[in-house]
Amino acid sequence: MDLYLPIAEMPINVLTVLAVSAAVGFVSGMFGIGGGFMMTPLLIFMGVPPAIAVATGSAQIAASSTTGTLAYWRRQALDMRLGLLLLCGGMIGTVLGVWAFGALRRIGQLDLVIVLSYVTLLFSVGTLMMVESVKTLAAKRRGQPANGSQRVHKPWYFKLPFSMQFPQSNLKASIIPLVALATLIGFIGAILGIGGGFLMVPALIYLFRVPTAIVVGTSLFQILFTMLAATVLHAATNQAVDILLALILILGGVFGAQFGARAARNVRGDWFRLMLAVLILTIGVRFSLDILVPPQEPYSFGTQETRR
Amino acid sequence: MRALLLILASITWLGTARAESLVVSLSNQHIDINSTYAGAQLVLFGVVIRDGRNATRADAYDVLISVKGPAGLVTVRRKELFGPIWLNREQQKFANIPATLGLISTRPFTEIVDSEFLDRFGMRFDNYILPKGAVQADGFAAALIRLKQDDRLYAIRDRDVSFLSPDVFRATLDVPATGPLGIYNVEVSLFAGGVRLAQAETFFTVGKVGFEQLIAREARDHGVLYGMATAAMALCFGWLASVIFRRD
Repeated sequence: MDLYLPIAEMPINVLTVLAVSAAVGFVSGMFGIGGGFMMTPLLIFMGVPPAIAVATGSAQIAASSTTGTLAYWRRQALDMRLGLLLLCGGMIGTVLGVWAFGALRRIGQLDLVIVLSYVTLLFSVGTLMMVESVKTLAAKRRGQPANGSQRVHKPWYFKLPFSMQFPQSNLKASIIPLVALATLIGFIGAILGIGGGFLMVPALIYLFRVPTAIVVGTSLFQILFTMLAATVLHAATNQAVDILLALILILGGVFGAQFGARAARNVRGDWFRLMLAVLILTIGVRFSLDILVPPQEPYSFGTQETRR
Repeated sequence: MRALLLILASITWLGTARAESLVVSLSNQHIDINSTYAGAQLVLFGVVIRDGRNATRADAYDVLISVKGPAGLVTVRRKELFGPIWLNREQQKFANIPATLGLISTRPFTEIVDSEFLDRFGMRFDNYILPKGAVQADGFAAALIRLKQDDRLYAIRDRDVSFLSPDVFRATLDVPATGPLGIYNVEVSLFAGGVRLAQAETFFTVGKVGFEQLIAREARDHGVLYGMATAAMALCFGWLASVIFRRD
């Protein structure tokens, strides 16, 4: 069943897009990541112009994270205080990132930066998580207590000034590293056109030792508001949001996310981390194949601007 | 005054020199894009009007039709090895390139005219890509043609004009679904014995109607409201799904 998209100006198969968005939604609900880093490349692969894929994808991420946020909020697995703090940092980072995006595009190095940062980020985050979770799982099997997550000494960055209590996350730390982290992720997210959940989730788990269950809900909460802002900004500045495509993506995505959140409840923490690591590494491999394997067709052409 | 007379004289001379003229018509002048649009087909009819004085011709007529979509700037990029990785490095810009191009004829072009005249009559994609005088598309230009063909934006159908009677012909013109909106120019040339006898031009437009037009206009004219509506839709569906799936 084909439907013509009014802004993307192309017909698209509704069932295919529904299936893809449901699958991405499932993963996003399960791991508390927006799923933008999977959805955007998939849409571009289907022929949707990149600008429209990025902008419309943000609406879908907003919808999926609404459902996810509500689900975690009902189970009280959401630290509102931490979420709001991260949101502040994220907004600063987004503004800086949008500015850097323009600057990089002017020097003509944007493509290079995007590809390299994707590969670097996915591989380093994925490998770190993989090593960590395999270690924990192996230690458990041998009957030893996992030592990684129960260290007594707090890292130095917890003791910086402006300390704040986050009872729900069982965290008492300076807000400086937290805001800095959110700013950095917001910055990277704006350049790469992603929500940054796949960075936020492991960072909160490993750097701040927030319980896994709380991290996912809190990360989704932050992504929700970032993506709502992104949708409106993209629509206002680039006219790149296709409401019909957004509707199809949302329908698939929200239901997928719902099942994903449900599935996550039955998975133990260590296995959860291992699965997320495998997912991130897989996508990293996929991206690096793009730039490592000699292309069959070295040429490509950009979107053509025609006079109306 | 003398110049004017000279011009007038030359026009009449040209007119009498031509034994044939062409009249063409399209089945549809406007293609409407609605939500089920997946490309379109048009039918072109043509009639050869002969001058009575040389009613017989040894060679059969041949027809070449070109359908040219809206033109614009295209940037072609080439991936190159940079250290261990492949990146888009070099690029070349092409101005005034038709977004879509269809060449349709009665027979393969080389059978219609000698290969040396192919360029003159625009029977190769190269003529539409390269600046005047350039010989053959290579590198970036050849890649552009290849990519356009892969995307089915450029196509050659060289046995697809049929004569219904010795003087009347018809052909179907394809409009690719991903072709841009705007004016498509149709050029029809009549050949016999390797010589172009007559030429005619027409056009059709592709535009959005109904719901598609409404959405496109709102997105352009009220960007902020449109964005807010999309965001509200996202919130709404997200909430709805969580209500439907709630199992307390």
